[in-house]
Amino acid sequence: MIAARDPLAASSAESESLLSIRQVIKRYGKRPVLRGISLEVASGEFLTILGESGSGKTTLLRLIAGFEELESGEIWMGGERIDRIPAHRRQVNTVFQSYAIFPHLSVFENVAYGLRAKNTAKGEIPERVTQALAMVKMGEFAQAAPSRLSGGQQQRVALARALVNRPRVLLLDEPLSALDANLRRQMQVELKSLQRGVRITFIFVTHDQEEAMALSDRVALLRAGVLEQVAPPREIYGQPATAYAAQFIGQTNLLRAQVRDGVATAGTIAWRSSGGSGEATYSLRPEYIRLAHASATPASPDPSVARFRGRVRNQSFGGATDLVEVDCDNSFVMRVRIANPGVLAGEHEFEFNAGDATRVRDGEDA
Amino acid sequence: MYSRAYKAAVTIPPLLWVTIFLLIPYAILFCYSFWSVSSMQVILHTWTLQNYVQLIRNPIYLQVLFRSMRIAASVTLCALLLGYPLAYYLSFHAAKRKDLLYQLVIIPLWASYLVRGYAWKTILGSDGVLNGLLQYLHITGRPVEFLLYSPFAVIITLTHIYTPFTLLPIYASLEHIPRHLVEASHDLGASPWSTFRRVILPLSLPGLLAGATFAFVLTLGDFLAPLLVGGPSGIMISNIVVSLFGAAYNWPLGAAISFCMMLLVITLLFATERLEKRLTIS
Amino acid sequence: MSGGLQSRRVPLLSAYAFLVYAFLYFPIIVLVVYSFNGSGVGGFPPAGWTFDWYRQLFADGALWDAVLNSLIVAAIAVAIALGLGLPAALALDRTNFPGKALFRRLVLLPLILPGIITGLSLLMLFVAVGMKLSLLTITLGHGTALISVATTEIFAGLQKLERAQEEASLDLGANHWQTFWRITLPNLRVSLIAAGLLIFTLSLDEIAVSFFLIGRDNTLPLEIWSRLRRGITPEINAISTLILLFSIGTILIWYRLRTRAQRSDDSAAPLLPSLEGETP
Repeated sequence: MIAARDPLAASSAESESLLSIRQVIKRYGKRPVLRGISLEVASGEFLTILGESGSGKTTLLRLIAGFEELESGEIWMGGERIDRIPAHRRQVNTVFQSYAIFPHLSVFENVAYGLRAKNTAKGEIPERVTQALAMVKMGEFAQAAPSRLSGGQQQRVALARALVNRPRVLLLDEPLSALDANLRRQMQVELKSLQRGVRITFIFVTHDQEEAMALSDRVALLRAGVLEQVAPPREIYGQPATAYAAQFIGQTNLLRAQVRDGVATAGTIAWRSSGGSGEATYSLRPEYIRLAHASATPASPDPSVARFRGRVRNQSFGGATDLVEVDCDNSFVMRVRIANPGVLAGEHEFEFNAGDATRVRDGEDA
Repeated sequence: MYSRAYKAAVTIPPLLWVTIFLLIPYAILFCYSFWSVSSMQVILHTWTLQNYVQLIRNPIYLQVLFRSMRIAASVTLCALLLGYPLAYYLSFHAAKRKDLLYQLVIIPLWASYLVRGYAWKTILGSDGVLNGLLQYLHITGRPVEFLLYSPFAVIITLTHIYTPFTLLPIYASLEHIPRHLVEASHDLGASPWSTFRRVILPLSLPGLLAGATFAFVLTLGDFLAPLLVGGPSGIMISNIVVSLFGAAYNWPLGAAISFCMMLLVITLLFATERLEKRLTIS
Repeated sequence: MSGGLQSRRVPLLSAYAFLVYAFLYFPIIVLVVYSFNGSGVGGFPPAGWTFDWYRQLFADGALWDAVLNSLIVAAIAVAIALGLGLPAALALDRTNFPGKALFRRLVLLPLILPGIITGLSLLMLFVAVGMKLSLLTITLGHGTALISVATTEIFAGLQKLERAQEEASLDLGANHWQTFWRITLPNLRVSLIAAGLLIFTLSLDEIAVSFFLIGRDNTLPLEIWSRLRRGITPEINAISTLILLFSIGTILIWYRLRTRAQRSDDSAAPLLPSLEGETP
């Protein structure tokens, strides 16, 4: 199966697009940071922009929020062009990585800040603030001073402060990165259900691919200022478009193969493959490989199953599964994930379904 | 992110003020240096290089300038000799009392110049405190004259005043040296003195340079200390300027000297800035 | 800090350090002691403890006039310096414009340039526009010279300010002006107070620039100066002691404020301006 998805096309039948980013280019001085990004964000979706540090993900977020100016391109929201509008007039709110809680105001005043700025009716403010704080389970802390709050609590206040304004899009800049692992997982669950509840479009930035997989309706993988792939988590995992995507998300084996007459060959391993001849790169996830059973009829092997032989080099215990490193003809180490294999040593036969080897674009062969 | 209006609002007021009260005055100073004064004490606005010529021709100006530079160099040297070891002590050996000791240094720094200058005047005079003390201890029989109203007095007074000025940048520089570099040096077998010479001193050069520049430039332009304690032999270049704007009424000449001083100072500042940039490893 | 380094005994260096402190404080101590000395300003040892000089001081009307003048001048100088130093610091911290480097140098120049040059240039300006010399001219001179101090202090405070807070304010819908009033200024409170204290003290003690801009009314330092011309008296010791006490008090408060504002351990942040500038 070949993942022939164009990374720029919307991959599922979503409702109307709320935010439209068109060919955005951004430079810092001479250094290009975003090289022509185009992306459509649907109303009510949870989109994660995933990338390493330096990939430009925070810059993209700041462009949407209005803290940076773009060199060329356009940003539209709800039929209106917003990249020319100053930050304080956009109907977009941000949860900052450092939370940016105002230390000299109480929690209540922090949350009310945006409402006051827009001259909301005085009578309306207490009710909305209380509602927002309740939504993030910080109702009792209304009069507290921010300096007394823990990181997780401050983050909830930041969330409430943004949501109370009922923005059309909520931007979250790595909001969970400062939390410890347990709190982080807890907040992930809460964030997800919160988004479902308020049905506001969330654009979430992170470098943690597990987080992205767990939370998002769609993931936009950004690499060095270019979108590698934009797809729902299962699709980006199962059908990565590029070698980078395959490696960044989850683990994989990258097989550089020669394809001829419907057969791809990488070293001593061969499997059935459609698609053009020549050089190609394939992604094969470790969990798709299994120990080969002694074939009942060795004379007529299943053509859709590829087999190979290798020597176990290393085996590490990983809880539910073991990760086994297999030496296949000296140049090649395959990683195999097996549940409860017992101690494997020496040579074994392994097999996988040919269809599980996904052809991907590789930087080298364009 | 900041609109044109914001940028204008923050740059224009200070720019305007500084143009009116700094740039234009300097320009006027510059212009004055090319004018002259008539015998009736009227400023003639004819353009001439006469003032500058006089500065070079008349030996007294260069003499006083060189004396001033010698005094400035002496003050700088003394300030460094006093300030550097103290800064080093503060940074590396003061531990618990560091904060207190640091405050003890900045107090003299910001306490009144005049007060300190006056204090030295009362100490160094022939019936001043120091002479009284020396006679009391029978170290001398008669008052020592040269203490006051001499270049020596100017040097001591200005050293006293500018040592804290010199110390602070050195201290800042020393504080910025990561301690693990020093530990690494010890670990590799270098003695404390060797570590100082090869690690600490080079890394503190930017601060040292800044401190030396402060002392030199400020001393060069000083006219108060010579008036207080310098006497006729302790006159410095700025005193000549002061008298040219006072009794010896010749504003254009005074302006010429001032302008030269300004050029000298700015050149010095540029040169040390360049040097500091090259020395700063960060 | 390495324990190994600190625990090493350095008797010679410690003794030297002590001597330097002694040198720095010797004149000050002498001054104070002799303000109580019955037998006058010089000589040794001091004898006859007395408050006479202080009594004389408090009866001296002209001196107190000068004190009042100095206080007024200082107060206005603080207003000018802060009022212009704040936008200057904001401009240096946040904006980029052609000639910014020149702007920075110009603003910081009076701090390193000897006072005589600033004083003379301003004198020529006032003469050129026909303004008579008075407390006003002195005030303008102080304000101008001390903008650099204000800018430096406030700039340091701005660096400590979390930029994200201002972005958050904009993000929530407040415009730049509102953000400035509600977020930036409250966060700068400590820096502004510290700067104000420092400028006030420096203005009270200022003599080099004032020397050339003086009219009929004297500031305190200039009043003392003119008396010095006539001869030294212990009364001057007395007023000097009082000045010292006041300066020391305000400087210590300023220092406490400043170190409190610095959450990091960077207590060696420049108390004198760095002309190389800190902004990109």
